[in-house]
Amino acid sequence: MTSGRTRASAAIVGSGNIGTDLMYKLLRSEVIEPRWMIGVDPESPGLKRARDNGLIASADGVDWLLAQDERPDIVFEATSAYVHRENAPRYKELGIQAVDLTPAAIGPAVVPAVNLGAHLDAPNVSLITCGGQATIPMVYAVSRVTEVAYAEIVASVASPSAGPGTRANIDEFTKTTARGIETIGGARRGKAIIILNPAEPPMLMQDTIFCSIPVDADREAIATSIKEVAAEVASYVPGYRLRTEPQFDDPTAVSGGLARVAVFVEVEGAGDFLPPYSGNLDIMTAAATKVGEGFAQRIHS
Amino acid sequence: MPYSADLDIRITDSCLRDGSHAKQHQFTVEHVRSIVAALDDAGVPVIEVTHGDGLGGSSFNYGFSHTPEQELIKAAVATARRAKIAFLMLPGVGVKDDIREAADNGASICRIATHCTEADVSIQHFGLARELGLETVGFLMMSHSQPPEVLARQARIMADAGCQCVYVVDSAGALIMEQTSDRIAALVAELGSDAQVGFHGHENVGLGVANSILAVRAGAQQIDGSVRRFGAGAGNTPLEAFAAVTEKLGIRTGIDTLKIIDAAEDVVRPIMDGECLLDRMTLTMGYAGVYSSFLKHADRQAKKYGVSGAEILIEAGRRKLIGGQEDQLIEIAVALAAKK
Repeated sequence: MTSGRTRASAAIVGSGNIGTDLMYKLLRSEVIEPRWMIGVDPESPGLKRARDNGLIASADGVDWLLAQDERPDIVFEATSAYVHRENAPRYKELGIQAVDLTPAAIGPAVVPAVNLGAHLDAPNVSLITCGGQATIPMVYAVSRVTEVAYAEIVASVASPSAGPGTRANIDEFTKTTARGIETIGGARRGKAIIILNPAEPPMLMQDTIFCSIPVDADREAIATSIKEVAAEVASYVPGYRLRTEPQFDDPTAVSGGLARVAVFVEVEGAGDFLPPYSGNLDIMTAAATKVGEGFAQRIHS
Repeated sequence: MPYSADLDIRITDSCLRDGSHAKQHQFTVEHVRSIVAALDDAGVPVIEVTHGDGLGGSSFNYGFSHTPEQELIKAAVATARRAKIAFLMLPGVGVKDDIREAADNGASICRIATHCTEADVSIQHFGLARELGLETVGFLMMSHSQPPEVLARQARIMADAGCQCVYVVDSAGALIMEQTSDRIAALVAELGSDAQVGFHGHENVGLGVANSILAVRAGAQQIDGSVRRFGAGAGNTPLEAFAAVTEKLGIRTGIDTLKIIDAAEDVVRPIMDGECLLDRMTLTMGYAGVYSSFLKHADRQAKKYGVSGAEILIEAGRRKLIGGQEDQLIEIAVALAAKK
């Protein structure tokens, strides 16, 4: 067992639902010690929960955190893109590695199952979007076996788990995710679609990933690769699973003359703080934990 | 209140957008030219042209377009002499750049559709559309699934964002008579003079024309139809029939009834792959409250996996799928096949 002293210290900036869910995940980590929870509202229930769990909680924002004698090794930012853009240069100046859960996209984009190792030295990494975390691994699984000229993902999310930020910036969600499908997933062209479904009881996050493949591609190798990468994601997001076998289609007029594979994924949240149907939020806090642990292991190696 | 000094209501034909579903998105520039010319000549004031699922809809999930929709919009704009050209966009599928491109291509009416409980995703798009000087319409899709007061609150969000006419959209063709007029009346009461109210019907229980007349009586000032029902599911309110009925009721639409009857038979029908029928599949959609655009997708998956298309649709209704979730029909078909 790793002792407390060799764990990397961490601060969570943003004491809302995401920050709180992340705190419960970090409290279970063997390599990260969550020490601080930073908010801006003294009445925030997230700050109280943090105190109850032994963290130092402050409503005086990042100014307070960075003025302390002891500073965190790692900061997890779960505020907003705007706030993170203000804070990121200050973390960097002080040598604090930042894991960005907002859509600010300052540092390189990271999907732990695909490219975590490439950015362990980065001062700041971005987690893209929830749809990206859930789908890019599957695009990667196909593109490492065969050429993917075009990949498209459909993310269906329960309405109550899509906050005002996502709703006001839905174009940014689809564009950022599409970019990640290309740059990290390895598709030549990417497209993302998001659907907010208000069904009661709320549906689990469901994602469909379509990848174009050559007509003569080795379908068995593709299916095997998909299952391997899905298992890799499930190692840090336990509720991540394939709903069916990958489905293959021959080219038709409606498919734009492209052969394709379709992958159906479901993400059930761990229910640490957020309800299990919010798999879209759980996969973000789980990915953030995984990235933070990568940072922590490098810091102490 | 009449729509204008000359028209009691304004009609939009949607066969080059909703009909895109029935045509599996295979419209050509030639199709668009001939349909727009015929409808324009018959006095249809607005013609909607886009992929069935709106700008950016050309995809694996919804079906790839034969011809890029922006090319179709350009052709429609170049052909129309009097009619305005409208386009549809769904936030989450299309993006603001698509709206800019359609505006650059000469379309003048931007119709933005959301599921009827999710209007707040459209705020940035209405803002842009108004900034570009486009006329705006909002679509509350699957309106049968929510009571009038919920729809009215969602309509308010769109109107405050810059929407000039909010439509009650019966995407599943499931609304029955007063269920339509109650919803229209609730929107009219909520919006007052802030925005108009419209109705978009489907024929899945055979009530497109009747529901549309009730909508007008409840205060709707804009009505959608598609010539020859050319639309998703059992199709839309048949525009030629609606023109005949409104003429007999003394409701002024500006449409020449005999000309639109000819256009339906001579111009539109030959372009259709088949009639839009009220059959087992489409009646099931109206009965189970299923998004009309699922029809062709359910047909294809039923064939591929050797399962019943009607069962796919019923399961889609049970899972409360909404517009845009065509991908889920594949998973349903796989599950049904596994059970056999």
